[in-house]
Amino acid sequence: MISQMLREAIAGVFSEVDVVLAYQQGFDKLHATPCFMTMPEEINKLVWSPLCVHNLTSYLPSLKKKKVAVVVKGCDSRTIVQYIEEGLINRDNVVIIGIPCNGVISVNKVLHETNHEPIEDITFGENGKITVKTLNNEKTLLLSDVCPDKCKTCQYPTPIIYDRLVGDPITSDKLPDCVYDDIKEFENKTLEERLQYWEKEFDRCIRCYACRNACPMCICQDSCIAETRDPHWISQKSKLSEKIMFHMIHTLHLAGRCVECGECERACPMGIPVNKLKRKINLDMKELYGYEPGVNPEDKPPMYTFKVDEVTIKEHKI
Amino acid sequence: MADTGFVQKEKLNDFLNELSKDAVVYAPCLEGDTVIFKTFSPNATLCLDRPANNPPKLAVFPQSETLFSFKYKKDAEDPRKMSVELDANTDFPRAVIFGARPCDAKGFRIYDRVYIDTNTPDPYYKGRREKTIIVTLCCSAPSPGCFCVAVGGGPAHREGSDVLITQLEKGYFIESVTDKGKAILKVPQIEDGAPYAEEAHKKQLGSHDLVKNPFGENGQPKISRSLFDLDEFWENMVGKCLSCGACTYLCPTCYCFNITDEQALENGERMRSWDGCMFPHFTLEGSGHNPRPTKFKRFKNRVGHKFLYYPEKYNGAIACCGCGRCIRYCPVSVDISEIVSYLRGSKFEFTNVPPENMEIDTNSQEQK
Repeated sequence: MISQMLREAIAGVFSEVDVVLAYQQGFDKLHATPCFMTMPEEINKLVWSPLCVHNLTSYLPSLKKKKVAVVVKGCDSRTIVQYIEEGLINRDNVVIIGIPCNGVISVNKVLHETNHEPIEDITFGENGKITVKTLNNEKTLLLSDVCPDKCKTCQYPTPIIYDRLVGDPITSDKLPDCVYDDIKEFENKTLEERLQYWEKEFDRCIRCYACRNACPMCICQDSCIAETRDPHWISQKSKLSEKIMFHMIHTLHLAGRCVECGECERACPMGIPVNKLKRKINLDMKELYGYEPGVNPEDKPPMYTFKVDEVTIKEHKI
Repeated sequence: MADTGFVQKEKLNDFLNELSKDAVVYAPCLEGDTVIFKTFSPNATLCLDRPANNPPKLAVFPQSETLFSFKYKKDAEDPRKMSVELDANTDFPRAVIFGARPCDAKGFRIYDRVYIDTNTPDPYYKGRREKTIIVTLCCSAPSPGCFCVAVGGGPAHREGSDVLITQLEKGYFIESVTDKGKAILKVPQIEDGAPYAEEAHKKQLGSHDLVKNPFGENGQPKISRSLFDLDEFWENMVGKCLSCGACTYLCPTCYCFNITDEQALENGERMRSWDGCMFPHFTLEGSGHNPRPTKFKRFKNRVGHKFLYYPEKYNGAIACCGCGRCIRYCPVSVDISEIVSYLRGSKFEFTNVPPENMEIDTNSQEQK
């Protein structure tokens, strides 16, 4: 069983590290929560299931001076690769415990299916079958129906980079050409339709910055343009234009850096599909520079380099 | 005038449209899968199935508001001289908050003590509050993370509400709680409520026991000061916090604000906007000093404000209404009720606190 193997893997690295980043049960049966283990007996708290949705690697840059072991899924491992590309972590200080992953759940999608009632119990069976119990109901769901969108096109179910691998590697059965189908479809809408769509979505934004703070690649930290007080780059007015401005800046700062872990969208308490913008810009970066963030530690992100003659940018060749 | 009434389910939208004729009506509306409090309009989809993602605090304490506008004027005779004209508006429209939950309504009482029941009432808050009628819907079931009964509330708690409504099979039983709330019962869609009173009162009692009480049965929590003042406790409890503002901005009792001048050449506005103690800039002083430089210190402030400092100042009243939003919508499921349980020693498995060798570099933690 993977949980038991993970337990053993963590027990095996405890002597080498200061802290282990893993998961424990959250406030109810539907939620796991990040867990910082510092003592071997804390391994008892460990949980591993499709509820382990968080990208734990987000904590790594803040723990730079420590030796850290971190549990990563395939998608999460891309963050570590990107950190290495950008020099944001010291690889020698990180022990990566990789777990091949068949998909996690989207808490929002499960809640949608169960009418937002508190979940009394959830069990994960064979073939992606999920049984969810609420006070008055029991429902069987399929993981493929209630997983985040990122799982539906996942190309990296097995971590790209790891020190220990728990379980057997899994190969993706999702077509690589379909990863951006939703974005391409969205691009077919007219400019007016797209503007209308985003205005409606961003109108709900409360500027809590959960999307930004959950983003592993948002590294400006407390110097973020959204909050600087001198000068006030973005007004404190709760206006649609200011909200859109913040999200556009967030998106542009992630050009060729976003590892598409989807944490921004998962963190949003108002259900705004913020990851869509970032994936759009990643698609652009792929088409322009043939670059995909977080897949090869030897890569250099295009925005970190400058070439006079970019082969794919026609405007350069007058 | 009768103190109770009843509105048929199918007449609810008409009822709200009627209220909208002479007041701004805020109601929980469905957008995608999100329920948000916003100005009700005939094409909005009302959603009373579950509490809104955001509380209705924005109706009385908007996310941003203009305190006054200002204009510099040059003296025509002597252009070196400038005068400033100020213009403040404290005249607010009548408003109705429809479909608040008992926790949301109780939240306004927590604001009232700060912004109204003082020798210097806040004219903006007070102006809006006095013109707002709060129509609260009793909860028929708890949502994930709810713990209202642990902080002196409940699914049919009346504190802060002007009107209480109870969803029944065929419609909504309406009862006024304050004199202000009686105005609602004059609306033509309302019929006699007396035949439904018994059923409604029975239903109101129904869900109380379903709400979890993390602080145990013996009433409201008392915080252990020694544990509260232990830095290691906070470092250990909130290492996973992302320092975002979801908890504070979605909180029906958080009322901290920031003031900024938005100026363009000769004119501008002085704005008041929400602030949140989870943000690194919170309490950053002009000198550059910040008395709460780490997320642990700020988190301690959030819990302390709600469960220690506020109660000390206001006769033991807790500044938390147990709505559970900060738990439900936290990206990493930080659970304030669990933290308070530890602080009052009502949690049995006390293994989390505090490991001797836990030494966290607060400066580097701060970076995230």
